[in-house]
Amino acid sequence: MMESGLFLEREAITDPLQIGSQILNQRLILGTGKYESFEQMAESFKVVRAECVTIAVRREKLHDSSGRNILDYLDLDNTILLPNTSGCYDAETAVRCARMGREILRGLDNPGSEWVKLEVLGSSRSLMPDVLETLKATRELVKEGFEVLCYTTDDPVMARKLKDAGAVSVMPAGSPIGSGLGIVNPHNLQMIVEDLKQGDPDFPVIVDAGVGTASDAAIAMELGADAVLLNTSVARAADPVKMAIAMDFAVRSGRLAFQAGRIMKSKYASASSPEHGLIADRPRNR
Amino acid sequence: MNKIESNMLVMVNGQDLYVQPGTTIAGLLVQLEITQTAVAVELNLQVQPKTTFAERLLRPDDRVEIVSLVGGG
Repeated sequence: MMESGLFLEREAITDPLQIGSQILNQRLILGTGKYESFEQMAESFKVVRAECVTIAVRREKLHDSSGRNILDYLDLDNTILLPNTSGCYDAETAVRCARMGREILRGLDNPGSEWVKLEVLGSSRSLMPDVLETLKATRELVKEGFEVLCYTTDDPVMARKLKDAGAVSVMPAGSPIGSGLGIVNPHNLQMIVEDLKQGDPDFPVIVDAGVGTASDAAIAMELGADAVLLNTSVARAADPVKMAIAMDFAVRSGRLAFQAGRIMKSKYASASSPEHGLIADRPRNR
Repeated sequence: MNKIESNMLVMVNGQDLYVQPGTTIAGLLVQLEITQTAVAVELNLQVQPKTTFAERLLRPDDRVEIVSLVGGG
């Protein structure tokens, strides 16, 4: 039973989440890509007090010192950077990418340095992961001491294999990256949550990718996901800052609803007002 | 990037590049005008610790990757 904590600040309403060696008080994890400007990105993070944001590793442009640096727009003292291996299509490349991300983050003294959002893609059209390469890369990265947050499909069997390989979090896609289709197979997500948390209730399952709007994030949380990772739905909204706030509320609402325990679904109605003491009898056969 | 007889060829971020013999990783970063510190350097598939930048000399056909952080999801 929750006490008057319900009337505390928004931040205090939901419980902290431990992922590997880090603790988050914000269960909405945001990406840093696709914003119209760095300023808009920074404002979106600020309004939701983002604690963890993903970031990509790319080749430095040669002979170009004019470019602005994204790091200047991130609150590095209060934000865990989660480096990803986006754009990698095989385990070897993903492992190299993870090592380089770790090297940069260690140089920045950022607590995300031992984390990696592992993403090994199988198709440029669907951006669906290559789960075999993902599993291979997970094993190698775990061996090298990484805390692997593993992007995968919503297949419960593969989710289990990735957990068994040592991932600190399994992150099934709700639907393809950037698609905005939401949680297309809620039953799979539920199975993943139930299976991975069996005997290990604190094991974090994060819905990564596919969220289109606030209700999608709420549904993910209502189904028992521990956090939601999204990028496009905020960055490409007509008003990203407002959408970030909507996502924050949705994630908190969904978390509370999951903890509160929803009612069972039933085919027929169940009156909320008493059946007795009506001022007239119910018509026959109605 | 004029080819001079004494220069040697290395590959940096997938591009051919001629450098003077005796160029270190640190020297390469200067030559490429990479001033920001938040970069990682990989040499022949191995991440190079920053502490080695000033010492490690480039050799012919070295494959160098210089990466930094950009926005992504």
